[in-house]
Order: sequence, then C-alpha cells, then structure tokens
Amino acid sequence: MPEPIAFTLNDKPVRLAADPERPLLWVLRTDFGLTGTKFGCGEGHCGSCAVLVNNVASRSCLLQLKHVAGKDVVTIEGLAKNGALHPLQKAFMAHDAFQCGFCTCGMVITGAAFLRTHPRPTREQIVRGLEENFCRCGAHQRIIAAMQTAAEQIAIANR
Amino acid sequence: MKPEDYLALDFTDLPTLPAGQLDKHIEQLVQARAAEQPMPPERAAAPEGPTGARPGYPVNRRDFLAWLGTGIVVFVCLGDMAAAQETRRQRGGRGGVPADFNAFLRIGEDGRVTCFTGKIEMGQGPITSLPQMLAEDLEVPLESVDIVMGDTALCPWDMGTHGSMTTRSFGPALRAAAAEARAVLLELAAERLQVPQSQLVAQDGTIVDQQNAQHRVTYAELTKGQKITRHIDGHPPLKDPAQFKVMGKSHVHHDGLEKVTGKAHFAGDIRLPGMLYACLLRPPAHGATLKSADTSAAARIPGVQVIKEEELIATLHQFPDVADAAREKIQAEWEVPPATVDDQSIFEHLLKVAPEPTSRNDAGDLTTARKDAAKQFTSTYLNSYVAHAPMETHTALAEIKDGKATVWVSTQSPFGAQNEIARALGFPLEDVRVITPFVGGGFGGKSQGSQAVEAARLAKAAGKPVQVCRTREEEFFYDTFRPAAVVKIDSGLDAAGKIIFWDYKVYFAGERGAAHFYAIPNSRTASAGAAWGASADAHPFATGAWRAPGNNTNTFARESQIDLMAAAAGIDPVEFRLANLTDERMIRVLKTAAERFGWTPAKAPSRRGYGVACGIDAGTYVAAIAEASVDAQKGTVQVKRVVCAQDMGVVVNPEGAQIQMEGCITMGLGYALAEEVHFQSGKILDTNFDTYELPRFSWVPKIETILVEHPQLPPQGGGEPAIILMGALVANAVHDATGARLWQLPMTPERIKKAVESRGA
Repeated sequence: MPEPIAFTLNDKPVRLAADPERPLLWVLRTDFGLTGTKFGCGEGHCGSCAVLVNNVASRSCLLQLKHVAGKDVVTIEGLAKNGALHPLQKAFMAHDAFQCGFCTCGMVITGAAFLRTHPRPTREQIVRGLEENFCRCGAHQRIIAAMQTAAEQIAIANR
Repeated sequence: MKPEDYLALDFTDLPTLPAGQLDKHIEQLVQARAAEQPMPPERAAAPEGPTGARPGYPVNRRDFLAWLGTGIVVFVCLGDMAAAQETRRQRGGRGGVPADFNAFLRIGEDGRVTCFTGKIEMGQGPITSLPQMLAEDLEVPLESVDIVMGDTALCPWDMGTHGSMTTRSFGPALRAAAAEARAVLLELAAERLQVPQSQLVAQDGTIVDQQNAQHRVTYAELTKGQKITRHIDGHPPLKDPAQFKVMGKSHVHHDGLEKVTGKAHFAGDIRLPGMLYACLLRPPAHGATLKSADTSAAARIPGVQVIKEEELIATLHQFPDVADAAREKIQAEWEVPPATVDDQSIFEHLLKVAPEPTSRNDAGDLTTARKDAAKQFTSTYLNSYVAHAPMETHTALAEIKDGKATVWVSTQSPFGAQNEIARALGFPLEDVRVITPFVGGGFGGKSQGSQAVEAARLAKAAGKPVQVCRTREEEFFYDTFRPAAVVKIDSGLDAAGKIIFWDYKVYFAGERGAAHFYAIPNSRTASAGAAWGASADAHPFATGAWRAPGNNTNTFARESQIDLMAAAAGIDPVEFRLANLTDERMIRVLKTAAERFGWTPAKAPSRRGYGVACGIDAGTYVAAIAEASVDAQKGTVQVKRVVCAQDMGVVVNPEGAQIQMEGCITMGLGYALAEEVHFQSGKILDTNFDTYELPRFSWVPKIETILVEHPQLPPQGGGEPAIILMGALVANAVHDATGARLWQLPMTPERIKKAVESRGA
C-alpha cells in the first residue's frame, strides 16, 4: 500500500493511499465522487477540468495526486461558501452564460481565480484570462459579461 | 478523512434553493440586465436535472402507468406531423408508455404539472422553453411545471432532437395537450362551482367565476381524486399571440443552478455501486483490420478485467485511468490499407465519384439566358470536413439487472440508442431503458449510440455496470463529420445589373439551403450525392448531420457568388441583394440588420471590411452584417462586430433565441476561419485541440441580435439558422477589406495570404 497523501479538499482534510502518479482529475471524479470537474480533452487544452490549487486555477488532468500533497484544493462543489454562491456563479446564472453547461464548472473556477488577481479587469484582460478555456456552444459573449458583473459585485461587497 | 468518508458527505452547505429563491441579489442582477424581463422562475420541487431517479417518479413501467392514471392526463397525436406517422410505424404497439402520441402531460393531485418529452437538453434550451409553452396554454404559473426529458421508460417515442424540430413540431403538440387539459378543468369547475363554463376563466392554476372573483377553485382541488385520461388528435383552439403571458417573454435558463454548482449530471457523472470504467482497443485508421491482440500484460495489472468478444476488446477497472493504462499494454497488430486520399485531394476525389447532379426548382430557360447575359461568372467553392467536437465526449453507463438493461447515454436520440442496444444485446425493446441526463453539446454529432452499445455489451459480459467515456482522440476518430463538399455556380447579370440566370450544382453537402431565394427568372438548382447515408462510400470515414446540415456549405457558396456579382456590377452588396429580392420576409430581415449596423452604401471592396450574408434555415429567415479587419501579412482575420436579424415566427423565449443566435455566430467562426479535419484516408490526424482549433474568447466579436417580430407565424427553428451565414459573412468581409475572394473554407492564414497575393490575377 502506498504512503497516504494528505491534502485539503474543499476545506476538509483528506488522506488517500493511492498511486501518487494517478491523475488528480480521476481521483477527484472517482475516488471522491466530485463530478463537477469534467474530462474534456485530457491534455490540458480545454480547461473543463480546472480546479483551484492554493487558489491558482490548475488543469487537474495534467496534475498528479502527488502534486497536491499538503495543498489546498477547491473544486466547483466547494466554491460556494456557507450556502452562498460565489458572485461569479450568480452572474453566470443572471447572464445565462452557458448553454450545455459542460465547460461551465471549469470556466467558473478559472474565472473566480482570475478575479482574485484582477479585481478590476478590462474586457481585454478577461479575454486573455479565459483564452485557454473552450466553450463549444458559443456562450463567450455572455461569459465575459458575467465576469464583468461579478467583478462589480465583488467590488461593491468589499467596499 | 478517507475517500469513503468523503463520499458520504453530501455538501449540505451548498445552496439547494431553486433559482427564484436564491436571494435578492441575483434577482436584482437579472432585473438590472433586462428591465423588461420577468424574474427567474421558482421551482417548488426542482427535479434533479432533466432525467434520472427523481423522488416521486415511479421507476418501472407498471408503476408508471398506475401513477400516470391519477390526476388528469392528456395524450396528443397531431395527425399532420411526420413524427406522428413514424410514431405509429416504429412503436408498433410495443411496451413502454402507451403508443400513438407525440406528447403528454399530467396534472397531479398536488396541482403540479409534468410534461414528458423524448427531446433532450443539450444547451439549446427546451428545458425552459417547453414548460413556457405548456404554462401558456394551461394557464398555470411557469414554476408549477416540471419536465421529464429523454427517458424511454417515461416519455413518448421521439425521433430525436435535431433539425430545429423541438419548438416547431413538438411545441404545438404540447400546447394542444395543455389546451385540452384546460378544457377538462373548465368542465370540472363548471360542475363544482355550479355555473356555466362560459362564465369561467382559467388563470394562474385556478378557475375563477368572472362574476364573482371569490368564487374559484384551484387545479389541485379539481384534480384531487380524479382519474381522467384524454386522447386528442386534432388541434384544440390555441391562444392568440397577443394574449401571451408566459411565451414571448425572456426567462433565464431553468438549469442554471445545477450547471454553475457542478450538480448537473451528465452521463459520465452517474455513479453506481461496483461500476467499472472501460477502455476499448481502437483501430489506428478506419478500414484497418485486426491481425492479433495480446492482452496478457494488461490482464496482469491488479484489478483489471479484460473482455474479448469478437471485435470488442476492452480493459475494465474501477478507476478509468487504470483501465486506460491497461489498454496501453495491449499488443495489437493491425493491417492498415494504403492511403489513397487526403484533405488536399479530397475535392478532386469527390467530383470524380459523384453521381450526375439531379435538379429541382428549374425555372425559365438557362440556354437563352446565358446568351443574353451581359456578364457571366463561373465559380467553384470548397468546404472541408468539420468535427462536432462537443466538450462532452460520447459517454454511456450501462447496468444490466434481472435481464433488463438501464443505460445512461449522452445522446440526441434516446429511442434510437434504445433500439441499437436492444439489437446488440438480443433483448426485447421494452427491457432496455435509456435515460438521457444533461447532454454536453451535440450539434448533430450525438445521433448514434455506438458508445452505449459498447457499454451495454461490456456490462453484460462483465456482470457489473460499465461506463464507456470516449477520449478526445476517440471522439475525433468516431465523429460523423460534416461532409467535405463542392459547389459549382454559373451565374449571369443583365446590363442593368439584375441577376438573369443561376445554375447551381452542389456535390455532397445535401440539399438543405441549396435553393436560392432571389428573384431570378432563369435558374436551376441541382444536387449530387447525399451528405451522408447513401454517400458513405465516397468518404473515407463516417459523415453526418452537423448543425444546419448542408446549409453552411450552400449559404457560403450562394452568398459569396451574390457578393462577387454585386462587386462586378459596381453595386453596393446590400442594395444589390435588395434589388434582386422580392421575398418580403428576407427584405425585412436584411433591412433590419443593415439599419442596426448603420450600413452606408459603397461598392466593394470598400476597404471597410464590411460583409453581408442572408439565408433561410428551418423555416427561419436570417441576415447578418459583419465588420472585420484583415492582417494581410499574417493572413489573420479579426471579426469585430456582427449584427444579426432573424425572423423565426413566434418567439417562445426571446432570451433563449438570442443565446442560440450568439452561439451560432461564435461557433460559426470556427468553420469559417479554422476548423478542418486533417486525414490520410481512414487515418484521422487530428486527435485533440492542439491541431483542431475551436473558437476562443479573443475571436469573439461584439454580437448584436435582433428578433424581427412575426407573431402570426408559428415558431420556427432557432438553434441552427444563424450559423449558416458565417462562412460567406466573413468571406465577404475579407473581400471588402482586401479585394481578395476566398473560395475555400476554412479561411486559414495560409489561404488568406495566398488569396491576397493572387488578387486581381
């Protein structure tokens, strides 16, 4: 049995005795049942599998279990705190910023991380920040609008 | 905390409130964004996604029929629908829910209304628009309507979700059922309240005496203890559009909360105890034959089960990554036939193998008109194979218990998948249940259920539930691509700049959108080779329907040709179109788009980078104008603004319709500028998004959409029309910017540079 790897998952300490080289994506989806993190391409191109690792949006299909040892991992299931949605989640709903919804979780995770480091983003910055996340349905214009709304709402809340 | 403890957590601190109760905050956002919009609907008992095991729904057929029998149930078969005929023929009185109808709804004793449909939700919005249609004619609040979709055990037979048919065909059936149910409720109320029906009015889930508003009875009260079933064939009177309360108003999507919190379940998210994940041995090319396969090394990996059943060879494990690693250990030898055609030579090949084009829509006398023409134009347009590339790859989970199969499938055609699975397993149809959770994009590519058949066969062999989830490479390999196609056009102008003849031949795209809509006295439209099916031998791999099949190619060719004639005549391209149009609907959408854009007439190339295109798809008229800039050195295009006007008859959910238009415009940039499948005969060279490019955020222009009102016309298609314009729209803008005409899609930097270099040559 391999040595257990300990990390924090959605604010809860977890330990998993598994091959340390297993992809984080499948550990999350199967071992932990967190299916909001999606498989889209398996090679880091599309961003459907994004999770926060120490607040940085990361592609879980490229990360191995050992890479998150001792770190703080947040999936879409853990983004809402104390029963309140993240402002970006609300903004996605308000703007209908999705169609099929398959890329949405990765999009929200990536966008939420971006807004932490870019509290007052321009449209161009938002575009660059989400450039490596794919949406096949074409919800891009609404996703940009949702990002702008969320940034405004976060600014209002922090005032 | 160990994983098993973690799995036991249900994240109860997550918000579980229905959309309308989230908090004031989100409601303010919605209101601020569109003051004319109503609040997001509430759902007292939000079902878990469109399908699946929901509390309160029976899970087997006998219980379902018994459950259905309570309350008020209305079955509708609209006799004039092609679907209705297919329903009779294909169902043939087999098991499942009763046959011979397209739609039904049930009003329960609690007053909640449930609509059952074999249609599925893949992002196009029926989870919101169908309840709107039902609520409108039943006179109930939208929040009291639930919808069950794509479950073969609970829903009426359906031919599949494609062709923009959900709102056009299914919608009227559902509205007819709702109107009938309202009539039943009025009858019951007249008896209960002891007043004539004519004195009663239905509103908000209640029947009210118009002479005494306190004298009223709710649907729930009326339904209690009832067992009323109605079958209707005809068209009950439907509402005057001017009276619409729920339809025609924008509603934010009902599935928002699930989709932004990760709670929305797609086929790959269903978990069953003891389930295994399967990876299948795949050929290196279409047409390859397996010589040998040694699976011994794979079988030695602890926990791996190997299944070999004729051509089906798979590794199974409780973790998908281990199953995948095991597959890598299979030593397989393949015989691959030599490549004879590739993405360069395919067009020549297609023209060589094409049958003689057959024509429809002949008018006038082409031979004489050719002689009379002042100017003639002969062009050939090429369009490449394009992948559907939904973000969710084809996925299925199959469980076989007591000789019955339950399969969760990402499909646009649950009943088609049910059929395929039953045949493969040798099960009677009624022993196969297909459940369609949320589908992560389809675009026509999820019409076949081969992954469901694989999962079902493996589940039967393994004796455990099995999931098959295609890798991205498999998704490209097994995609039914939009067919590569060729269009040849001869056309001519008279001395006054009017189009005098039009001779159109399309090869392998299909006829959808091939017929022009201009006022041309002498014309012929001919088509050779179907887009799929009968033309299978012409292509090295499978082809199939791709969002507005055929029409993307046909509209690219037609609207490019119209544009080059306008330029040759020295007439502004919008004015040229208007001068050659008599169809009032088209004139109206074109004028609307031009006005909103702020179009000012100029002869192309005006160097402004303006493009225009018009088209008809699924009964909907659409016109768009774009502004683009071209970097001639790099060959790159940036589309800066697109204004799109659409006449789609009655609009059920304006917000939803505009979302679809925006999606079409954005997705369409892909096939216009970059998307193209690379191959050498049966070997698909694109295996992921590194070589096959999808539209990105930086590509997206400012998009403005306009719904041209046409309330006298029933709802027409909405999910496909606007995408048909994108090839010609961008090509015409590139021409206006540079004077270079692009004859082939996609307009890659290489092709644009070449076109700019050979300009005027």
